[in-house]
Amino acid sequence: MSETVTSNASQVPAIEGWFTLDQNPHLIGAQCTGCGTYVFPPREGACPSPLCDSDELKATPFSRFGTVWSYAENRYAPPLPYRAAEPFEPYALVAVQLEKEGIIVLGQAPKGILAKDLKVGMRMQLETDVLYREDGVDYMVYVWAPAVQDEAAGGAK
Amino acid sequence: MSDRDLVVLGVGMHPWGKWGRDFTEYGMVAARAALKDAGIEWKDVQYVAGADTIRNGYPGFIAGATFAQKMGWTGARVSSSYAACASGAMSLQTARASILAGFCDVAMVIGADTTPKGFFAPVGGGDRKNDPDWLRFHLLGATNPAYFALFARRRMDLYGATSEDFAQVKVKNSIHGLNNPYARFRKENAVEDVLNSPVVSDPLRLLDICATSDGAAAMIVTSRAFAEKHLGSLKGVPRIKAVSTSTPTYPQTLLEMPDFATDSSAVVMPPARGFKDSICWDAYEEAGVGPEDLSMAEVYDLSTALELDWYEHLGLCAPGEAEGLLRSGATTIGGRIPVNPSGGLSCFGEAIPAQAIAQVCELVWQLRGQAEGRQIDNAKLGITANQGLFGHGSSVIVGI
Repeated sequence: MSETVTSNASQVPAIEGWFTLDQNPHLIGAQCTGCGTYVFPPREGACPSPLCDSDELKATPFSRFGTVWSYAENRYAPPLPYRAAEPFEPYALVAVQLEKEGIIVLGQAPKGILAKDLKVGMRMQLETDVLYREDGVDYMVYVWAPAVQDEAAGGAK
Repeated sequence: MSDRDLVVLGVGMHPWGKWGRDFTEYGMVAARAALKDAGIEWKDVQYVAGADTIRNGYPGFIAGATFAQKMGWTGARVSSSYAACASGAMSLQTARASILAGFCDVAMVIGADTTPKGFFAPVGGGDRKNDPDWLRFHLLGATNPAYFALFARRRMDLYGATSEDFAQVKVKNSIHGLNNPYARFRKENAVEDVLNSPVVSDPLRLLDICATSDGAAAMIVTSRAFAEKHLGSLKGVPRIKAVSTSTPTYPQTLLEMPDFATDSSAVVMPPARGFKDSICWDAYEEAGVGPEDLSMAEVYDLSTALELDWYEHLGLCAPGEAEGLLRSGATTIGGRIPVNPSGGLSCFGEAIPAQAIAQVCELVWQLRGQAEGRQIDNAKLGITANQGLFGHGSSVIVGI
């Protein structure tokens, strides 16, 4: 993706091609070139709709803003392959509904945003945060944060 | 009796627990109990439908053959089915298809598991960046209880459900399972016990979430002709009336384990019945019955809150009314539609390939009037409901 900018040499995405690491990060999904339906995580190949016989999915930026569908807060360190920090700090998971894409995407909340800070229906925006650090490199992941930016200014291009 | 009914001649279980022994040992105990209950010999079994466990190496993947060998090779045909938590129902459907197609008359359906301690984690090592089950742990730490918590939280924020409501499910099930000899946890819990247990994945506490267990369940199912010959009369004999192994219809709009996202409803309208509703309603339609005909239900209470969701998917009440139905006492033994008379996963913990079979075993005992200490009066018709990872539905209707 042309808009992918790695602002800091020590930051790399924990997974390639799912989100951008720029100032106004957004998810990268896939869209069917035939019927227009969306897919996340992004992938190539056949459209998931049984009504469409297209074999082409194209990477596409997803809306940066959505609303909370539900949320949870992990109080215990998840098992490997999650790289839990020690000592473990509770963190929230948020499922956010994206209106245009008609899709709900699960992500972590940024560190410090817990279940008590969330509510079904709340406006959220995509950010990135450190998933784990290894050999001086920050492995980054997308997170859903309570929306603070103006949607028109910070939305996906 | 419909021509497509399957007779349940015998059922058997090994108690649920945590012993760490070979899963085939548990399976053999359940198999022998089912044979004894059916009044037939192992050599009479023509088909063994095994439900797979993926946590016990190669023998787990070929459960049909594994149990056939364990019992002693007799030349029986076998199948092995994997559908995660729905594996038991898929095995039953495989046996049912074989019997109804006339390929055999007598089949054993069997599942057993030995489980590790703690959170379920992805099976197998190494980085697997194309495997959603591996990635959900790696990128999100999205454990199974975290997904259960998402559904619990929706009930709270949308319908005003409370932690006390969830705890009340545990209290009910703990009383139901108190006298069940196969249940692992047989202790009456009070609401405070649940509320005082540690939060695992907010809003769910330890006692809201089912444990992982060792256990085994087996049943002997037969054609009507064989059962009539064997028993003389089929009066009062439990029969399988429907087996739904439905998958979702695109777009699947509930965020389910182990997915990162739902399907998109931007272009294709969601189906009138969502996935979990369709699992149950496909079974109703196949049996030609409705929720009003039921005497009981055994549902997959992976969490207390998920039991409440099932009330609604089963059509026992409208969406948002499950807490009210619970509070009314309708789903307690003695109520209008008891749910989880066995004690459910709450008292058992989950032994994945055995669990959907165990649900049917409970219905059979209830229908025969043999559910000592937890018997539902005048039980005539029951349903099971369950869902396996990766889009596997499981619902079985049994009646007399």
